[in-house]
Amino acid sequence: MSTLRLLKKDPDDLGIFGKIGFYLILILGALVSIFPFYWMFVVGTNDRGAVFHVPPLLTVGNQFFENFQRVLDKTDFFQALGNSLFVSSMVTISVVFFCTLAGYAFAKYEFPFKNILFYFVIATLFVPQQLGVLPTYVIMAKLHWIDSFKALIVPAMVNAFGIFWMRQYISTAVHTELIEAGRIDGGGHFRIFWNIAIPVITPAMATLGILNFMTVWNDFFWPLVVLKNQENFTIQIALQQLFSNRDGLDYGMIMSATFTATLPLLIVFLLFSRWVIAGLTSGAIKS
Amino acid sequence: MAQPVISSPHAESKRPFLTEQRRSRITAYTFISPFFILFSIFGLYPIFFTIYLSFFKWDALNPMKFVGMKNYELVTSDPTFWISFSNTLIMGLLGTVPQIILALLIAILLNSGMTRFKKTFRILFFMPNITSIVAVTLVFSTLFGNNGMINWMLNGLGLESVAFNSGWWGVKIAISSMVMWRWTGYNAIIFLSGLQSIPTDLYEAARIDGANRRQQLTFITLPLLKPFIVFVTLLSTIGALQLFTEPYVFLGQSGTGSTRQEGITMVTYLYSEAFRNGFFGTAAATAVLLFVVTIIFSVLNMLVSSRMGGDTGGGKA
Repeated sequence: MSTLRLLKKDPDDLGIFGKIGFYLILILGALVSIFPFYWMFVVGTNDRGAVFHVPPLLTVGNQFFENFQRVLDKTDFFQALGNSLFVSSMVTISVVFFCTLAGYAFAKYEFPFKNILFYFVIATLFVPQQLGVLPTYVIMAKLHWIDSFKALIVPAMVNAFGIFWMRQYISTAVHTELIEAGRIDGGGHFRIFWNIAIPVITPAMATLGILNFMTVWNDFFWPLVVLKNQENFTIQIALQQLFSNRDGLDYGMIMSATFTATLPLLIVFLLFSRWVIAGLTSGAIKS
Repeated sequence: MAQPVISSPHAESKRPFLTEQRRSRITAYTFISPFFILFSIFGLYPIFFTIYLSFFKWDALNPMKFVGMKNYELVTSDPTFWISFSNTLIMGLLGTVPQIILALLIAILLNSGMTRFKKTFRILFFMPNITSIVAVTLVFSTLFGNNGMINWMLNGLGLESVAFNSGWWGVKIAISSMVMWRWTGYNAIIFLSGLQSIPTDLYEAARIDGANRRQQLTFITLPLLKPFIVFVTLLSTIGALQLFTEPYVFLGQSGTGSTRQEGITMVTYLYSEAFRNGFFGTAAATAVLLFVVTIIFSVLNMLVSSRMGGDTGGGKA
């Protein structure tokens, strides 16, 4: 890109109109990307009929609390939010810990069958979740974990993507000399991992944590299969329940709920977006 | 990759049983064991059990009964299965192909040197990906309503309204656009990281040789971006074959669920066979078929991508 900047006067320069067109496309794309968020808020703050306005209503109203009150009447909204927070946090803590351990082992240890085992981990990424969903359901039933958070947490406690991700990062970021020095000082394997490797790789762990948190928070298929009782619903299932009622759709209510459910994730993302995106672009594909 | 040191075999290997090498191997296996233990129980075993189950008649309550290929015959003779199959492919194409082209365009625009606010744009384009699919579907179902904003805009352009929530094409277009909205920016970011990995002196050399913008794109950018394009296409294809939440929620408004034929997908079919009708055998057969289709498409993907952009480094991507 520096080339393009250096050679400002080249014959291929887009010129002023080219640049305008160029920015127009980007701005249009950005508007399309964020409009649904705004629209969610518009509908959530207006009265029930706001969705059907012709021409479409585009201004924020003042009915948010009325709409949201109807959400609270219909579902245990905050209970569902709390459930999601609990499940996502437990999974994330566990995923970050176990994936970092495994990634570290694959990056810094030498052991028989290492490469075969690693390729196996990668290969599991391509197996659709649905292939094993019925027997997993049966296992959960046998364990009496149906309708329990254990069914959501335990199978998700470590995943192939996370191992791949951490291995990529650790193999370049953690210097072997450091580990060697730790060994000479007589540190145990886990202590070296904990005291020497972990401090160096916290950025990658944070990125993995955020990405994983979002994935679990937004999961729908598996919670839909195993959760039966309303008080155990995660927020996604609770939102979908609001939508599937027969007596006319109250979009003001639905959107006030959707907006409230999206807001925490949106804030977290905006706070850490630089990390997430930088991490994503650096770790995407390197092998 | 850095040279691993921990298992340095020279370290006092004359010691009794737990030599340094053994100790570090045991540590390594311990560190990676959680994945393999959990995957064996909740990944590997279920996969084989699904294949096994696909040859039995079972409702999850009564004893299993061996029926041979009967489940596969039942599924493949069910018109609804074939509708779900063709729906999955149509929505996969509608949602994936334009999305990847658009993502490439956005990435190239974002990567060109003169873009200001690059970081802001990246964040804005990425934002759709963090929303839950349920939320996206709910928002889009208002936009695609009969009197919704999209139809209002179509009318404004002098076009007829489209029945996005009940028409054969309408439903597919609505669902595909949800997929596109959610993933275009994400893929653009992946492409952008690919573009940034291309050394700038390649462009400099091309310039000296008199290559114009278009030639640079076709002879440098696209060939070097190929691994990224292959990766994104592969993941999008796999994702498209597993489409479930969007159609399930979008078509579930009436409370009757999501087996409506305009938008039923293979996974919706699987879900309703198993958890609505209690036919675990046919559902298992569907899962196996889904896996076979996934493999076929992944292999096709690889074949097509290995053919394009050959040794000349040219060709279109």
